[in-house]
Amino acid sequence: MSELRDLYQEVILDHSKRPRNFRSMPEAERRAEGYNPLCGDRETVFVDMDGDVVRDVSFQGAGCAISTASASMMTESVKGRTRAEAESLFERFHDLIVGKGGESPDESSKLGKLAVFSGVREYPVRVKCATLPWHTLKAALAQNGATVSTESEGPNAESGGA
Amino acid sequence: MSTAVRETAAANPVYDVAAIRRDFPILSLRVYGKPLVYLDNAASAQKPQSVIDAEREVYERCYANIHRGVHYLSVHATDAYDASREKTRAFLNAAEAHEIVFVRGTTEAVNLVAQTWGRANVRAGDEILITALEHHSNIVPWQMLCEEKGARLAVAPITDSGEVDLAALERLLTPRTRMVSIAHLSNALGTVLPVARIAELAHAAGALVFVDGAQAAPRMPVDVRALGADFYAFSSHKIYGPSGVGVLYGRSELLEAMPPYQGGGDMIRSVTFEKTTYNSLPYKFEAGTPNIAGGIAFGAALDYVTRIGLDRIGAHEHDLLAYATQTLSSIPELTIVGTAREKAGVLSFVLAGVHPHDIGTVLDREGIAIRTGHHCAQPVMDRFGLAATARASFGLYNTRDEVDALAAGIRTVLKMFR
Repeated sequence: MSELRDLYQEVILDHSKRPRNFRSMPEAERRAEGYNPLCGDRETVFVDMDGDVVRDVSFQGAGCAISTASASMMTESVKGRTRAEAESLFERFHDLIVGKGGESPDESSKLGKLAVFSGVREYPVRVKCATLPWHTLKAALAQNGATVSTESEGPNAESGGA
Repeated sequence: MSTAVRETAAANPVYDVAAIRRDFPILSLRVYGKPLVYLDNAASAQKPQSVIDAEREVYERCYANIHRGVHYLSVHATDAYDASREKTRAFLNAAEAHEIVFVRGTTEAVNLVAQTWGRANVRAGDEILITALEHHSNIVPWQMLCEEKGARLAVAPITDSGEVDLAALERLLTPRTRMVSIAHLSNALGTVLPVARIAELAHAAGALVFVDGAQAAPRMPVDVRALGADFYAFSSHKIYGPSGVGVLYGRSELLEAMPPYQGGGDMIRSVTFEKTTYNSLPYKFEAGTPNIAGGIAFGAALDYVTRIGLDRIGAHEHDLLAYATQTLSSIPELTIVGTAREKAGVLSFVLAGVHPHDIGTVLDREGIAIRTGHHCAQPVMDRFGLAATARASFGLYNTRDEVDALAAGIRTVLKMFR
């Protein structure tokens, strides 16, 4: 139970039960759908841009606690950021949860609240849950309208080495 | 306290499960410091020592390629491999050993029939009838065939309890129905299908019957002739044997008339550049060197379950399923998915407010292995409006204590996510 608390930290449980920005934005100019074929989870990310800056971002769908909390905290983290900043945040977040760097106080401070996801690295099969919202956001920002899948990067793309 | 203990043990144990458990080395494993509670048997079952020994002994004492050599080792390996075929014949009560084709698993068996029988017999406008509770492996190969031929895939619906709607199935049988392909036991819901009744209906309509027995073969006696199955398939790895070995049973006259599956060695009688004549059954469908050691060890797995008796294994698992259904039903947040009158081995459930993946992760840390997800049966999940379920599935070595551990684990999950 105590080890599980490293994964299911209070902040994560809070966001999974009461996700922020959990709403549809029918007027949003950019959106993408994310799909995890392993568990059947689907979610849609909506993005409203002001030039190169994310003015508003929201999501809808059904997922596990990790993916819902990740989506919720992602929307809070990228609002007001440029596309480039959002993508670089995803890179750091990705490194953190697959256990590449992210340990240093410097990295953690750049990630802010997202650092609570560091426990995911001990659960390689759950990495995809945490990254699905981010992949979907990236697709929405690129505005290619495609459904992104956690399986689209080839075998073990996100297995975290396990 | 003694009362509690007595309540947990089955009133009339079918067999000495503690002795059975000692046959399976992996069951003494501890995971995350907890005793392993393996409840993912519908995905794959663990192996008894006799199967592990059989596979090792092949490599230590009698390994060579089969059906080829004149030398001592090849003759012995061939005898042992062919003995597995005869054991499979007896296991299914098939008429002839040559009606048993060895394949990689149930999936390959479906593909073999779709690609050989289907290619030769299905025409544009014909229909293949399946049910709404099929595993993807009993959907996709038929879908591919239908696409290729311009045929139609018809799907018999299921009820809210997860039973096939027989009246609807009967209505879907038409003069164009060529094949009715059904599971014997649903991997996602645990429903036992009335195969004999469906076969009667199908045959009356002039269609053949393919039965996916992947989940049924490890849990109940199977008599392909009593069932009226024209084809029956199952996998070694779910019946306590090695992975990579499976069985396709087909009636002689059907197999005889079917074109070969893959071309290559062992499936031919003679080859010239002008013409090849094919080998007799079952070799016509077994091109290339098979999983020799796995096939021989599969025979040891059949010996193992036959010695215990499939009726006793079925009775033991029935007791576990009934006990688990009763125990888990007392958890108010839990809903069982699949409540057919006749069920076996499989208990699918959801918890209000907790995603199945999170259930799986928390139970895993308690040492409890279950499956979470869509169980390769996405249409079943769609039918119940779910993305996924958690599934506990039982094997011949599971105990009521393990069901209690599962219930305790679920309470831990609820405590965490409440």
